[in-house]
Amino acid sequence: MKLQQQRRTFLKGTLAGGAVMAAAGLGLMPSRLALAAWPEAAFHATSLDDALTKVFGSSTLEASDKVVLKAPSIAENGAVVPITVNAEQLQNVESISIFSEKNPTPFVARFNLKPGCVADVSTRVKMGESGDVIAVVKADGKLYSARTNVKVTVGGCGG
Amino acid sequence: MSEVKLRAALKDGKCEVKALMTHPMETGRRKDKDGNLVPAHYIQTVELLHNGNLMMEAEWGGAISTNPFFSIALNNVAVGDTIEVRWVDNKGEKSSGTVKVK
Repeated sequence: MKLQQQRRTFLKGTLAGGAVMAAAGLGLMPSRLALAAWPEAAFHATSLDDALTKVFGSSTLEASDKVVLKAPSIAENGAVVPITVNAEQLQNVESISIFSEKNPTPFVARFNLKPGCVADVSTRVKMGESGDVIAVVKADGKLYSARTNVKVTVGGCGG
Repeated sequence: MSEVKLRAALKDGKCEVKALMTHPMETGRRKDKDGNLVPAHYIQTVELLHNGNLMMEAEWGGAISTNPFFSIALNNVAVGDTIEVRWVDNKGEKSSGTVKVK
């Protein structure tokens, strides 16, 4: 009886293990990529200050001319606003983040760079209405920022 | 999900990488023509690899435009190296693209 019990337990363990392996093989398990800590609270923050605090632990930003933020002064389509952030003048850039002040949730994106990356990132973002775009660059553990106003003539959040 | 369209070209000693993804990037706030909210569906994590080494990892929200684009440059890249971009969205869907540097 005792032996049978052990065999049962052993079988259960093996079967469960097998199921996990099968799931991983089929791509049902979240990959390392999906498991990375996506900062949900920061993306759900509804004010710029709150978003900054949730991303960086502080909403105090120091403007720096070493962060070059390029955005159109007038965007005809708020659904596609091209943004470029260049921080090549700073050493040891760790991340480049983009915020849109007037969006329902202002945190747009963060690009975490490894050594070997050139601190020059471009992307396209949605803007709900006219307002400031803020770029925040973390370099050597310090925050540097730049902001510019974008006038949106057609909003990008649908509805 | 379709593949990530990728370009990687050497220019002035740097490798310029341009990536274009096909994705609806629904914020979860938009309403369809019947007034129903369209559920959130957007890419959350993007990784850029050079010869298999992670060079950049991005966290995105729904405010990245539909069919997302990004560009970045890398140092120390040679002709024939492999550049890969892969993403995962909030539903766990994923895609990737690979290109050899010209």
